[in-house]
Amino acid sequence: MKTRFEVNGREVEVVVEPRLTFADCLRHHLRLTGTHVGCEHGVCGACTVLVDGKAVRSCLMLAVQADGSKVVTVEGLSNDEGLTPLQASFRKHHALQCGFCTPGMITTAHALLSEEPDCDADRVREVLSGNLCRCTGYVSIVEAVLDARAAYKSGTR
Amino acid sequence: MKNTFIGTPMERREDLRFLRGRGEYVDDLKVEGLLYAVILRSSVAHGRIASLDTSGARKCPGVHTVITAKDMPEGVPIIPMRLQPLPEFKPYEQPVLAHEKVRYVGEPVAVVLAESVALGEDALEAIGLEIEPLPAIPDHATAARNKSLLFEATGTNGSLVFHARKGDADAVFRDAPYTRRERLSTGRHYGLTMEPRGVMAQWHAETGRLTVSGAAKVPFFNRRILAKQIGLPEAAIEMIENDVGGGYGARGEFYPEDFLIPFAARHTNRPVKWIEDRRENLMAMNHAREATADIEIACTRAGTILALRGDIHNDMGAYMRTNGAVGARNVCQFLAGPYRVPHVKVDSHLWMTNKTPVGTYRGPGRFESNFFLERLIDMVAADLGIDRVEFRRRNLVTQAEQPYPIAHVQPTDAKDQYDSGEYGAAFEQCLEEIGWHEKARLCGRLIDGRYHGLGVSCFIEGGAAGPKETARLEINDDGTFSVYLGTTSVGQGVETIFAQIAADALEVPIDRIRHVHHGSTHYVSEGFGAYHSRSTVMGGSALLDATRNLHAAIRAAGAKRLGCDASAIAIDGEKVSSSDGRSFPLSELAGLTAEGTFQNHHHTYSYGTHAAHVAVDPKLGRIEIIDYVVVQDVGRAVNPLTLKGQVIGAVVQGLGGACLEHLQYDDEGQFLTGSLADYLLPTATDFPNLRCVITENYPSPDNPLGAKGAGEGGIIAAGGALANAVAHALAPFGAEPRTLPLTPSKVWELVGRKKG
Amino acid sequence: MKMPPFDYACPATLSEAIALLSAHGGDAKVLAGGQSLVPILAFRLAAPKLLVDLRKLTDLRTIKITADGVALGAMVRWCDIENDTRLHTAHPLLVAAVAHVAHYQIRNRGTVGGSIAHADPAAEMPGIAVTCEAEIVVMGQAGLRAIKAADFFQRALTTALKPDEIIVEIRLPQWLAGRRWGFQEFARRRGDFALAAAALFYDPDVRGRAANTHVGVIGVADRPLRLPSVEGVLNGAAIDAATIAKAEATTTAAVDPDSDIHASGAYRKALAGTMVERALKMAVEQTP
Repeated sequence: MKTRFEVNGREVEVVVEPRLTFADCLRHHLRLTGTHVGCEHGVCGACTVLVDGKAVRSCLMLAVQADGSKVVTVEGLSNDEGLTPLQASFRKHHALQCGFCTPGMITTAHALLSEEPDCDADRVREVLSGNLCRCTGYVSIVEAVLDARAAYKSGTR
Repeated sequence: MKNTFIGTPMERREDLRFLRGRGEYVDDLKVEGLLYAVILRSSVAHGRIASLDTSGARKCPGVHTVITAKDMPEGVPIIPMRLQPLPEFKPYEQPVLAHEKVRYVGEPVAVVLAESVALGEDALEAIGLEIEPLPAIPDHATAARNKSLLFEATGTNGSLVFHARKGDADAVFRDAPYTRRERLSTGRHYGLTMEPRGVMAQWHAETGRLTVSGAAKVPFFNRRILAKQIGLPEAAIEMIENDVGGGYGARGEFYPEDFLIPFAARHTNRPVKWIEDRRENLMAMNHAREATADIEIACTRAGTILALRGDIHNDMGAYMRTNGAVGARNVCQFLAGPYRVPHVKVDSHLWMTNKTPVGTYRGPGRFESNFFLERLIDMVAADLGIDRVEFRRRNLVTQAEQPYPIAHVQPTDAKDQYDSGEYGAAFEQCLEEIGWHEKARLCGRLIDGRYHGLGVSCFIEGGAAGPKETARLEINDDGTFSVYLGTTSVGQGVETIFAQIAADALEVPIDRIRHVHHGSTHYVSEGFGAYHSRSTVMGGSALLDATRNLHAAIRAAGAKRLGCDASAIAIDGEKVSSSDGRSFPLSELAGLTAEGTFQNHHHTYSYGTHAAHVAVDPKLGRIEIIDYVVVQDVGRAVNPLTLKGQVIGAVVQGLGGACLEHLQYDDEGQFLTGSLADYLLPTATDFPNLRCVITENYPSPDNPLGAKGAGEGGIIAAGGALANAVAHALAPFGAEPRTLPLTPSKVWELVGRKKG
Repeated sequence: MKMPPFDYACPATLSEAIALLSAHGGDAKVLAGGQSLVPILAFRLAAPKLLVDLRKLTDLRTIKITADGVALGAMVRWCDIENDTRLHTAHPLLVAAVAHVAHYQIRNRGTVGGSIAHADPAAEMPGIAVTCEAEIVVMGQAGLRAIKAADFFQRALTTALKPDEIIVEIRLPQWLAGRRWGFQEFARRRGDFALAAAALFYDPDVRGRAANTHVGVIGVADRPLRLPSVEGVLNGAAIDAATIAKAEATTTAAVDPDSDIHASGAYRKALAGTMVERALKMAVEQTP
């Protein structure tokens, strides 16, 4: 089946089986391997992408369901050079170790901060509770997201 | 050597690619002509394979072939043990494919090779596998009865008993003024990694070379095993370490797939990729931690520990894996922890059961033994009417006693001693940090419907396993340096840490260390890997040796070029000069390389204390951690930022094992926790209040960095600290937690409601 | 964990969707948010031949609040409920329960209709439907019919839906002014399915005694249950400490949950009582 959507500002068209997940489509058909697959049953959050502005689990979406959507992946939330304020905050706070959960964390945090730049620590934890990390223990990730609020409030994200 | 970078909390280089989604993990790799492997795994825990019919699967769309034991006419290779490879273990080692019997749910039976993973999985359903079930051995008690045998040829399900001995415990117990005996157990859980495992193999028929990607932890060891199994010289095999999504001891040991996938590549003459899915990972990645202790302690009435004695029963799963014996050895060798225990007689039994085989998980055997001893100490202190803090104070080993010898373990002849440290100082500091003295009065008090409690637990962490490690330095085209390591990355930040060490050793700005390459076998002549918290000490020390060797090589080259004595050559970050001022840029020595090694026969022992303040809701059974502090002395911290990350990350893993994570089986050996909805990992909301303090009071005397391996201390004492805190919170009910995990249901039972 | 093969249709109208379901008998499955269905397919616990995606049926995405109550279109997502501030007064019990559903990303796609059709015994929405005597409005070849929530949920993961029927709306009766309500849930971790939960409300009479009490429990049986014995304890009574204690004990006596890998039956039994107790305390402490 043909599916057409916009990803990171670029129009794409893919021909896929209905059963192909959107995560697999991004990773293997479009070679956007920044989005990771950690469980394939909607628990770990490593596959989080933005679809029409909302953070979703791309392993729970069929690629064919992306038809007509605007999608942003971690690659689309990055600059060609250097780090965005959110990424820089993660680095400053050592909010990643092996890096596998990181794209999902970045994408989810970006979605949250875009909508709620005034969120508090409890809200950050609540929202990130759907993203599993095995390395950091989360404390530094929460600190990083809170520290990045300033950039979203001032509009310099 | 300068210390401009060592000891600074530098931001990590590896973050630049991870944050942007530009990491390269094994599933991100793609080559032309790839076949995808899908593994048929047993859904029966114990049985004889009556028939295996793959003809239907071979006809499925997109299926290239199906590999079974029949495709290995010279015999199905057996995976040898890497650590403690005792002859007693040989009969219990795992074949890469089940062929006569299956012994655990998840055991590989066949490999489908197809044009896509989906097509391969479709074909699995067409494979006819008939298994005649045998009575399952679901736990160590059943194993010990030896009625149903996993390995008929050996006549027993007990593969070995480790004996930990020190002094004469039996004599002490005969006359001991006070003894207490307890039965305690830790539940099965494992070092689940966010990235499941994966292997990609490419067979280059023209050159007879094999390239294997997805290597981790111990690639050189694994290459040795693979070479033997597949009948190739080691030099013909290259193991490549890509970015690795977590290890914790579980990833990187030699698993069946580490043979099956390269074998499949050669068998089909096409590149083959296998990526584990989460369902598989739960039942195929090494399990850990399931142990039951029946132990007793002897003390004076004044609270001096005299002896420890007893039996620990380890549920090993169905096979002895490459490092499966480590936890069982550690649990008895280190039962005394950081305490002064002059007499030890502990037997650690390894029981084979119809479950996923066991390997190491961060702090193997130490998490278990810490829980066992620390629970016992709290109970004993209460019996003797001695404050549990005071009890510990009296028994913690002091610096004056270092090096402090510990129990000797046979038959593996493991003899060791702690290196340096004032264990009581870390203990006092931790109590201070959490405000123990002010808060102790809260223990057992009901405040706003919850009972409050404090718990403490002390640990030692063995690190820097030998025998040696290798590092290599090379001068790049532009005069910068590249570092090549035999140690591996599992996400702990080796690229940054080793850049810091190299920059200080070479006395150059840190940006002159352009690349740090790690793990892959083509980087150094011989490597050992990342395990037992060894990378910084072993790799770092090897790097210092490499630096010395590179300096010598530069001086020799400089002397030749500038026509002077080597001793008259000076090297700064960018040029080589003679004493009379002539010089040339380092870039002109591009390609110059030197290796270094470090041999180590002394483990390092980082140490510290965990303290927890909990509030327990007696009706929900919910444990909230109000405050949690770890104080850990690491000898020397190369990067305090990443080190703290290790400690906090390990604490959360430990708390997960203490109250959330539990791999469960039924009486038929059926695996019950087959998804992340069943196997519960800690999330951001579970343990928000964690703190750690790193100290560097007692450097290791045994390596040039003075560092001690410190990646595991955060996990080791978590079970003990949490359980002790809950015990004190629920003291009004006489609650004594004796098993982990402490689920809400279990906590509620401790409060005293009867079990229906 | 790749899904088994299936065909996919994305009809533009409800009647098209129903026709597709009808043509395929039990071999077609409706795809709403996919948050429950896709994991089932990933584990190959089901192998439908056709998925019928409802995402183009925008008529099913509305939340209607009238004098008759709250009508949630079947494709209304959890985030839509969260963002509809009218619901804070129009149905605060619904809002409180939905706050416990899953996680941020799931809430952006998961639907009310999907949860009701999936009928997990520990899910919040079926519990609210049963407690509030909702009507599940479904459309099939035979036309529209409204099924009472109590009749809709039959067993774990089993409902009264016929193979050709699609849920179009969940109708919650009007929420009365002055109503007292409570919702309590305990799960292993935030966003997990409930180990047990209680949803309840009552309308105080002129003397402040409870009337029209509805008490429902989630996660302690193969479907959500109203507890008439508990309602009987509360109706006509002042909700004081003694009444609450009696309601707790009656709840515990009324349920008989199984043990599973997460908790023992005895624990859940007691927990159900605690959830009702705490939900009642919550109701009593509300400022009117």
